Amino acid sequence: MRPSINLRSLVIAALVLGLTLLPVYVALSGDRFMLTLFTRIVIMAMAAVSLNLILGYAGMMSFGHAAYLGIGGYTTAILCFEGVTSGFVQWPAALATSALFALIVGALSLRTRGVYFIMITLAFAQMAYYMASGAARYGGDDGLSLDTRSQFAGLVKLNDKATFYYVCLILLFGSIALIWRLTNSRFGMVLQGVRSNEARMRAIGFPTFRYKLAAFVIAGTMCGLAGALIANHTDFVSPSMMFWTRSGDLIVMVVLGGMGTLFGPVFGALALLFLEQFLPAVISTAVRPFDAADAAKAGEYWQIVLGPLLLVIVLFARGGIDGLLSSLSNLVQRGKQGNG
Amino acid sequence: MTLFIEQCLNGLQFGLLLFLLAAGLTLVFGIMDLVNLAHGSLYMLGAYFAATFAAWTGSFVLGAVLAIAGTLVVGMVVEVIAMRRLYGRDHLDHVLGTFGLILFFDELVRLVWGPGGKSLAVPSWLAHSIQILPGIQYPAYRLAIIVVTLAVAAFLYVLVMRTRIGMLIRAGASNREMVGALGVNIKLLYTLIFGLGAALAGLAGLIQAPILTVQIGMGENILILAFVITVIGGIGSIRGAFVAALLVGFIDTLGRSFFPELLVNLLGRQAGATAAPALSSMLIYILMAAVLVVKPQGLFPAGSR
Repeated sequence: MRPSINLRSLVIAALVLGLTLLPVYVALSGDRFMLTLFTRIVIMAMAAVSLNLILGYAGMMSFGHAAYLGIGGYTTAILCFEGVTSGFVQWPAALATSALFALIVGALSLRTRGVYFIMITLAFAQMAYYMASGAARYGGDDGLSLDTRSQFAGLVKLNDKATFYYVCLILLFGSIALIWRLTNSRFGMVLQGVRSNEARMRAIGFPTFRYKLAAFVIAGTMCGLAGALIANHTDFVSPSMMFWTRSGDLIVMVVLGGMGTLFGPVFGALALLFLEQFLPAVISTAVRPFDAADAAKAGEYWQIVLGPLLLVIVLFARGGIDGLLSSLSNLVQRGKQGNG
Repeated sequence: MTLFIEQCLNGLQFGLLLFLLAAGLTLVFGIMDLVNLAHGSLYMLGAYFAATFAAWTGSFVLGAVLAIAGTLVVGMVVEVIAMRRLYGRDHLDHVLGTFGLILFFDELVRLVWGPGGKSLAVPSWLAHSIQILPGIQYPAYRLAIIVVTLAVAAFLYVLVMRTRIGMLIRAGASNREMVGALGVNIKLLYTLIFGLGAALAGLAGLIQAPILTVQIGMGENILILAFVITVIGGIGSIRGAFVAALLVGFIDTLGRSFFPELLVNLLGRQAGATAAPALSSMLIYILMAAVLVVKPQGLFPAGSR
C-alpha cells in the first residue's frame, strides 16, 4: 500500500505553510496584531510539544510543566536585569537551569506513580511559583520587566517582530523534528513501551527509570527554551506564568490537539489561543439578536463556554483534533473506495 | 510565649479547616477513584452562598445552613450531570474535565455576583475575644471554628465507622462491583458521597468567609493545599487526611510566623530576610516532597485504613 495523500497530511501541510507565510500576509494586510498573536501561539505550541513527549508518548502525567516556562523566562529576565544581555549567554543558561530543575524534580517524582506523580510534579511547580513570588530583588509578585531583548551580537535582531516570529517558528519546527527523531528511535520505542506496560518493559530488562528521567529532562529543557522565548516576547516575566492553572492550560493544549501525535500539540495551542482570542466576539455576536444592550458584555464570559466544552471534548472526543482529522480522512478514503 | 500559643491555636484552626476540604477530596478519590479539581470551586460557592444568604435572611446561622444545603445540591447536580460520566476513566480525563468545571464555575460566579469580592461579617455574638488562659485573649469566632470542625470530624468518624451508610462507603471503596452486585444502589451512593464532599467544602468556604474576602479564585490556592494533604496522608484515607491536615496547618502557620526569624538567626540578617518569604511558603511542598520520597504512597496508605 503506497502512502496516500490523505486529508490529515493535507491539513498539516497547510498548517506548516500557513505558519511560514504568516508574516507575508501581515506585511500585505498590515494586521500587526496577528503577528503578536501567532508568535505567542508558536511559543506555546513549543511548550505543548515538549509536554507531549512525556505526557503523550511516555504516559507521564506531569501537572507542573508551566514551571519550566517560568524558569526559562526568569533565567533570561534575571540575567538581563543583572546586565548580561547577550542571548549567547542567556539562552544556554535558560536551558541549563531548566534541565537541572527537571533533573531534580524528575529524580524525586518518578519514584511515585499515578495520582501521586500528578501531585508531586504540581507541588514542585508551586515551589518554583513561591520562590519567584518571594524573590523581592526580582520584583516578587509584581514580576520583572526586561529592558532589552536578548542580543545576538547584531546577527539576529529580535526587536523586529517578523524576525522574532521566524526565530520562534524555526525553533518550533526544530523541536518537532527532534521529537520525531526521538520517538522513532529505540529510545522513543522504549518510552512508548513504558506507556503501555511499564512492568513488562522492566521485566524484559529495560531500566525504565533512566529512560523516563531522560525524557523528563529533555521535555523540561525544551520548555525552558520556550520560556526564554516568551520572556522575550512579552518583555516581562511574573510568577503567575508558573501558577498551576497555566500547567493546566498546557495539558489542555496537548489533549485538545491529540496526545502522542507529532503535530497535535500545535493544533491544540492554536485552537486554545484562538478560542481565548475570538470566543468573546463569537458569543457577543450570538447574543446580539436577543439582547443587543448586553451583547458586548456577554463576550467577557467566554470561559463559561470553554469550561463545558473541555468536558465535552474529554467525554466524547478522545483523540483530539488530530484524531478527528484521522477519522475524517479515513472516511474520505472509504468513500473513494466505495465509488471506485 | 503568648504569640506562640496564639499561633498554635491558629495552626490548629487552619489545620481543621483544611481537614474539611481534604476529607471530601479523599472520600471522593478513595471511593470513586476520581481526581476532582473542581473541589475548590465548591469551597468558593459555599462562601458566596453564605455571604448572600446571610445578607438575605439577616442571620449568620441561617445563612450558613442554607449555604451548606446549597453546595450539597450543587454537588449532587454536578455529579449527576458530569462526574458520573468520568468514573472509570483515566486520571488525565478527570484532571481535564474538572479543570473545565473550574473555568465554568469561576465565570458563573463572576456572572452572578460580579467581579468584585463580597464580604461576610463575623456574627455579633462571636465578635469578641475570650480569655482562654490568664493573659491570653483569643477571638471567639476562631474558637467556634475549632469546636465546629472538631464536631464535624467526630461526625464523619461516626458516619464512616459506625453507621450502615458508612459501611457501604467503606465497602464501595474496597470493591465497588461486589457492592453493586449485592444489590446496593451504587449510583445513588456515589451521588450522596459526592454531595457530602461538596457540603464539607461549602462548610469550609463559609467558615473562611468572615476571615478572608470572598472572591473568585479563592478556591484555587487552598485546593492545592488540600491535595497536598490528601497525598501526604495517603489518598483515600480519612485518618491520614486528619493527621496530615493538622501537620500542614501547624507547619504552615508556625512556619510563616517563626521561620523567618529562625532564618535570620541562622543565615544572618541579609540572607535570612531575603530567603524567608519564599522558603516559608515552600515549607509545605518541601514536606510533601520529603514524605513522598520516603513513602511514595503517603503516610497512611489506603490499604491499611
